[in-house]
Amino acid sequence: MTEMKRVMQRTGPLLGGTLAAALSLGPSATAGAEELRIGFIAPTTGIFAQIGKDMVDGFQLYLDQHGNKLGGAEVKFIVEDEQGKPDTAVTKAKKLILQDKVHMFIGGLLASSGYAMAPVSTAEKTLYIASVPAADDLTQRQLSKYPYFIRTTWSSSQPHHPLGQWACDQGYKKVAAIAADYAFGYEVLGGFQKAFEDCGGKIIQKIWPPLGTKDFGPYIPTIKSDADAIFTLMVGPMSLQFPKQLRAAGIKKPIIGGGTSYDEFVLPFMGDEVIGDVSALMYSAALETPKNEAFVKTYRAKYGKVPSYYSEANYTTAQMIDEAIKQSGGKYPGAEQFIKTMLALKIDAVRGPVSFDDMRNPIENIYIKKVEKKKMFGYDKPELWNTVIKTYPNVSQFWTYGKEKFLAQPVYSRDFPPCKYCE
Amino acid sequence: MRDTIKILSVVLLLVALLLVVPRSGSFVVLLATRAMCFAILAMSVDLLLGFTGLPSLGQAAYFGVGAYLTAILATRYHIGLGWDFWLVVAAGMLVGAALAALFGLFALRATGVYFLMITLALGQCVWGLAYRWNSLTGGDNGINVGSRPNFGLDLTDETTLFFLVFGFFATSLAALYVLARSPFGRSLEGIRERELRMQILGYNTWLHKYLAFVIAGAFGGLSGVLWAHINGHVSPETVVLTTSVDALLMVVLGGAGTLVGGAIGAGIVFALREYLSTLVPWWQYVLGGVYVLTILYLPTGLMGIPAQIRQFRVADGKGGRSGKVKPLASAPS
Repeated sequence: MTEMKRVMQRTGPLLGGTLAAALSLGPSATAGAEELRIGFIAPTTGIFAQIGKDMVDGFQLYLDQHGNKLGGAEVKFIVEDEQGKPDTAVTKAKKLILQDKVHMFIGGLLASSGYAMAPVSTAEKTLYIASVPAADDLTQRQLSKYPYFIRTTWSSSQPHHPLGQWACDQGYKKVAAIAADYAFGYEVLGGFQKAFEDCGGKIIQKIWPPLGTKDFGPYIPTIKSDADAIFTLMVGPMSLQFPKQLRAAGIKKPIIGGGTSYDEFVLPFMGDEVIGDVSALMYSAALETPKNEAFVKTYRAKYGKVPSYYSEANYTTAQMIDEAIKQSGGKYPGAEQFIKTMLALKIDAVRGPVSFDDMRNPIENIYIKKVEKKKMFGYDKPELWNTVIKTYPNVSQFWTYGKEKFLAQPVYSRDFPPCKYCE
Repeated sequence: MRDTIKILSVVLLLVALLLVVPRSGSFVVLLATRAMCFAILAMSVDLLLGFTGLPSLGQAAYFGVGAYLTAILATRYHIGLGWDFWLVVAAGMLVGAALAALFGLFALRATGVYFLMITLALGQCVWGLAYRWNSLTGGDNGINVGSRPNFGLDLTDETTLFFLVFGFFATSLAALYVLARSPFGRSLEGIRERELRMQILGYNTWLHKYLAFVIAGAFGGLSGVLWAHINGHVSPETVVLTTSVDALLMVVLGGAGTLVGGAIGAGIVFALREYLSTLVPWWQYVLGGVYVLTILYLPTGLMGIPAQIRQFRVADGKGGRSGKVKPLASAPS
């Protein structure tokens, strides 16, 4: 049995080696006071790796443009891979806090990652900035649990209240909805339905294909023929597949899409069949402002692709931190004070003017966008762009309902708002 | 005598773990806690794969019900945050066992690849429930467990939690070891080697397998209860197929039929996936490489290295024994 013992002896040093490495990599946190340690959590491997890259690139671009300084403080930017899994996100958030002693951690992709990391911020009393996770309740009914939490981009239903209003204004009376069957899908469709029906429209059908559906063949024939338009909420590869199959089936009804159905992350891979489709978000790469034109050109020159909202979200998050640190005299003032400073900010961001409501969610422009094939910003080839056709300025997560009234209703779910006009 | 040395070296290793980890920085403590929790899950898989010869791909189901039970009890009824934590532990094991008792009725009709497929399907049923039963599980968003239990021991402190999970891990290891060495465990090995012969000898092999399946489910439930508090958040991602695959790979990596192998496998997987990934972006190649090399050169896992060395010596003509290397599952006896 000496062999067995030898294995034990051999694994011993291996373990010891790992531990030694851990020790030596511990915090070298004694550097100057003006160092700002930022942990960034994004899926850099796994099926969401490309989105993770957009997130990191957006933040990194801002750092590069500002000499790796935010508000005068030298930034130590530490990227950690959450692998698209909330459990790993928790591990990595704790690693950043315990080992790297970061001042704040940013990011996460999925709503579940956001939900998983928010309590970490509470337990460790460390600031968590959700730059992408959009789950409504993080800044609504559950906010009080997370005093060290702030969101910089959007809540799921935020752009879709105005979209519902817009659809109603177009004269659509009956809309059939098909949306990915998970919390994000419920919140997006819920927001659209609420505003659309409050204005007099009717959602006559709700179809819930599972997340990751690759073949919409079984769903498309069930779409009711008396609908004036179709509302879709697709994510990732679903976004590419659905319009293709719908148009191939000969259905010519107008499509109104939730944000991720047509964002710039999927748009370059789409075919001409999506021309004319409408969607809503707080950002479009085709926004015709000098600020956005410069952003798109720089980003595209550097990373070889048009920035998606994931890029802009994190670029702007970096800009907000820059501003808040500047106002704090070049030093990180602690989580509570930092959040106060952030909430008072009025940012002139790439996506337009951004401020915050008292529930720590941004108030910003929502753009209704139509897919067009055209040349933009001096690029020589015609490409698909999300042309802005209407701007709803300064939209809050509560739309026109008011905070109290809005929070009194339950969070949007598969059954809320109830489908009154479904048969 | 050999067994004594083996047990002693494992105990020494455990003591070393207990002494070194708490002094190694909080992130290492955190990772060790997580790895030990998964080690319990991996050992439960080993009871099936290594001792009974049943490759289960559905172990995440019991892990999942344990975790969801803990989270739901804690958030809805505030049960399990004081001394009643121990009740939840018992309940988690019971629920895991009960679910396994149900699934076992279906799964044990098959063996080999078919068993693999059925357990996979049953495991995904639980995932589907977690994903779709929004009112209970919070759907895709999952459930935040909130605060950790405090029963004299405040588990909010990572080091305290580490010691507690270590206790569960060591106890599970000991319990499963005793079980594997018992006549019952021996009969499981007999079933693995030749089920027909065991039947002829008069054993009710189905019942033996069924019991092993249920016991594995109970330990799966236990690891789930711990995970809910370690991670603080339970989502369908916890219950998804990859968790089952991870547990199976940990066992294969460490060496099936050894119990300790599963624990070592868990340690290595966590070290590479959660620790190495903080250092280098190409950690996946290392993890993949380790898997491939293990399968190619160490089909009996890392714990099979001694047997490999022995075989090497035999081939060299230096060793005293002849014969082929037996699968490690039977080698250490």
